[in-house]
Amino acid sequence: MAGTGRTSDVWDDTRDKDTELLSYALKRFIGAWPTLLIMIAIAFFMIRVAPGGPFDSERKLAPEIEARMIAAYHLDEPLYKQFGRYLGGLAKGDFGPSFQYKEYTVTELVMAGFPVSLRLGGLAMLLALVVGVGAGTIAALRQNTRTDYSVMAVSMTGISIPNFVMAPLLILLFAVHLGWLPAGGLGDGSPANLVLPVISLALPQIAYISRLTRGSMIEVLHSNFIRTARAKGLPERLVILRHALKPALLPVVSYLGPATAAIITGSVVIEQIFGVPGLGRFFVQGALNRDYTLVLGVVVFYGVLIIVFNFLVDMVYALLDPRVKY
Amino acid sequence: MTTAPTTLHKRLYKLNRRFLLPRGFLLGLILALGLALGVAGCGDSGELDSDGVLVQVSSDDGVVIRKGNGGEPDSLDPHRSEETSAADILRDLFEGLTAENPDGSVAPGGAERWELSEDGRVYTFYLREDARWSNGDPVVAEDFVAGLRRSVDPATGSVYGQLLQAIEGTLDVVAGRLPPEALGVKAISDRVLEIRLVEPTPYFLEILNHSTAYPIHRASLAKYGDQFARPGHLVSNGAYELVEWVVQSHVKLRKNPYYWDTKNVAIDTVYFVHIESPAAELKRYRAGELDFTMTLPNNQYQWIKENLPRELSVGPYASVYYYQFSLSNSPFDDLRLRQALTMAIDRKIMVEKVTGVGEIEAYSFVPTAVSGYTAAQFPWADWPEAQRLAEARRLYAEAGFSDDNPLEVDLIYNTSENHKKIALAVAAMWKQALGVRARLMNLEFKVMLEQRRDNSRWQVMRMGWVGDYNDPNTFLEIFHSTHGQNDPGFDDPEFDRLLGEASRTLDPQRRAELLQAAEALMLSQYPVMPIYFSVIKRLVKPWVLGYQTNGLDHNYSKFLSIDTAARGF
Repeated sequence: MAGTGRTSDVWDDTRDKDTELLSYALKRFIGAWPTLLIMIAIAFFMIRVAPGGPFDSERKLAPEIEARMIAAYHLDEPLYKQFGRYLGGLAKGDFGPSFQYKEYTVTELVMAGFPVSLRLGGLAMLLALVVGVGAGTIAALRQNTRTDYSVMAVSMTGISIPNFVMAPLLILLFAVHLGWLPAGGLGDGSPANLVLPVISLALPQIAYISRLTRGSMIEVLHSNFIRTARAKGLPERLVILRHALKPALLPVVSYLGPATAAIITGSVVIEQIFGVPGLGRFFVQGALNRDYTLVLGVVVFYGVLIIVFNFLVDMVYALLDPRVKY
Repeated sequence: MTTAPTTLHKRLYKLNRRFLLPRGFLLGLILALGLALGVAGCGDSGELDSDGVLVQVSSDDGVVIRKGNGGEPDSLDPHRSEETSAADILRDLFEGLTAENPDGSVAPGGAERWELSEDGRVYTFYLREDARWSNGDPVVAEDFVAGLRRSVDPATGSVYGQLLQAIEGTLDVVAGRLPPEALGVKAISDRVLEIRLVEPTPYFLEILNHSTAYPIHRASLAKYGDQFARPGHLVSNGAYELVEWVVQSHVKLRKNPYYWDTKNVAIDTVYFVHIESPAAELKRYRAGELDFTMTLPNNQYQWIKENLPRELSVGPYASVYYYQFSLSNSPFDDLRLRQALTMAIDRKIMVEKVTGVGEIEAYSFVPTAVSGYTAAQFPWADWPEAQRLAEARRLYAEAGFSDDNPLEVDLIYNTSENHKKIALAVAAMWKQALGVRARLMNLEFKVMLEQRRDNSRWQVMRMGWVGDYNDPNTFLEIFHSTHGQNDPGFDDPEFDRLLGEASRTLDPQRRAELLQAAEALMLSQYPVMPIYFSVIKRLVKPWVLGYQTNGLDHNYSKFLSIDTAARGF
């Protein structure tokens, strides 16, 4: 501070960006909590409104026993009281016991499933980014040639064929007929077991990202500053990597938010098909079994994840693009 | 900035200047956050997957079998578990007073012999000297007493507690009128157990090998409470003990070295792999990852028959698929209408063309798989089709319906490819034969169960019933006027009387006659419309030896062995 010749009252443009970001971050952080609360409330009331309860089974429970179980889980209390009770538990980090899996708490189930889903989703996202951006860039550089058309055609199939069609086909080819890869499960966690699920999950995203990249890269390559860079005599590789890539990636970064959501929902199907012990299956089974606590636990978890991820993406976008103002 | 700085900006600015945060600090923070999440995600996920070892056979597993087991088991607590996916695991882990032979008949289990009193109401069981829990503790009579009491105790919340109603006091304890100690079971000594029955119950021994009658290791229960069935806590008395349970992946069992018959148990390690979708299970079986499946996908049955004929195993199952009528909901209170609808179904076409996996046409309610009993049949079971349909039409007309006044009915079934196909076929047959206008309602399973509670809210609903034990009583008792499962609302005092008398009769011949009479009476009132008896269908690799289908699909790994030379490991 001393020796710069500036007083603390003078508004310094070089610090603008950081301050803006900080204040934006703070506002987002504060705003996230009501969002989360509303989301939990909606999920809470919706699943209780659905007909059928956790204790309905094909073989009926004796009425006295059913009454007892309902009382034990406080399901006979008025809804607002149950909600208050649940929020109180959440504040202590207690998501409650699972109704269906009687020996386990929801926290344990979520903690068991989440790392698997994260590994799967994270790798899929990484693969999608690397391959998608790479393919899109190559297509843009060779615009309107055979390379361009073939890359775009392949990506179109990735968008059109749903993953629950693609995944069994891949299993049939690589696991059953060729025997190169396992047909399902995680095995001992070795990479071979992850290959097919990750590819199946990533394929639609590779398709979207490559198209996005191609489009925005073409636009960027026609801009003035690229022409200047080329005129300066920079090798093409540097022109692309140092100058063109950053602005071209902006639409891709914006897409990352919806992409996460797509990967999360896609993982539910992929986990089912490949028998991968992740969070997605819990979500579906929990809803079908009316396992209230498990479903809410997964909803809270995914909600926090999406909120945090969207926030991170917005921050990265702001840092990449100096023109963005908050 | 193009706008004037707000107070928040000014405050943050001062803060920023004070600490002189370098450029890019924020970016670094964000990246660090992202990295932290990623690292946390890849870290240890707690005790649920011990050692991270999943379904990969390790060299010290010995002789291994990998069985497909359907969906995730709900619990390995024998008195609280409901799902069939837990049932086979529990059979390997525990042993009741009686056990089963591979064909399903009763064999000595935890008890090596037993005596029945003259009046048929008191059983005395003599337990094995050498029976041990998996931690070495001897299995004593008090363990069985504790298990049975826990089963009927309302605080346990067991769905199957009522299965034990043959035992004195069960109904009172379940209803909360008496404490669990009032149950009619007593440990005379460490090795002798006495059970008092309400009345002589010929099938009582079969009930004793149901999971609800398994013993419990009292020290574990005292120490861990309801959590005693978790891996690491569970102590079992059967052929195997629990090693790990990786949720959504598999359950791993290892031979129990203290089991009394352990030298005859050929397989050292059992993996129960959880795969919900039969199609996915088939793929993993074909890829060589499973030795034994739970079921097989119906729509690939033809392919399997052509390509894997020697691995296909199909056998009768003590399970009946039927539609039930709501007897209090007009016009289904009219017997003639119910009979007409039941007769209009062509069961031959149903099992040959619609389901096509070898199911058996059902003209009675008790399945053919139940041994030692010849079921009563519909009197028109052998009629030629023309005659049967003519009679159906006549009854339909008598009930007041015709082409100008067709019956409009809602047919409810729960979501499943199979149920849909059958419902479509039923609706088509009704339309063709009688002109009925059926509306098919596909409800999600829990929604259907909710609807089922109130008789007035449904007309015709799909149902299935699987026998709990190998005796006609488990099928016929649901039509008793007081039975909780009596959805149609069937109430016939003569039926109740016949059923009651049969359960007191010890002479098997006379008892079978009484049950047949009861079944015939029930069938003649048409509260339900049986369609077919299911089959047990699965794939078993040629190197798995010793497998036999039994009517209740009770599978014990201790009867199996592997030809390791043929499999390669």
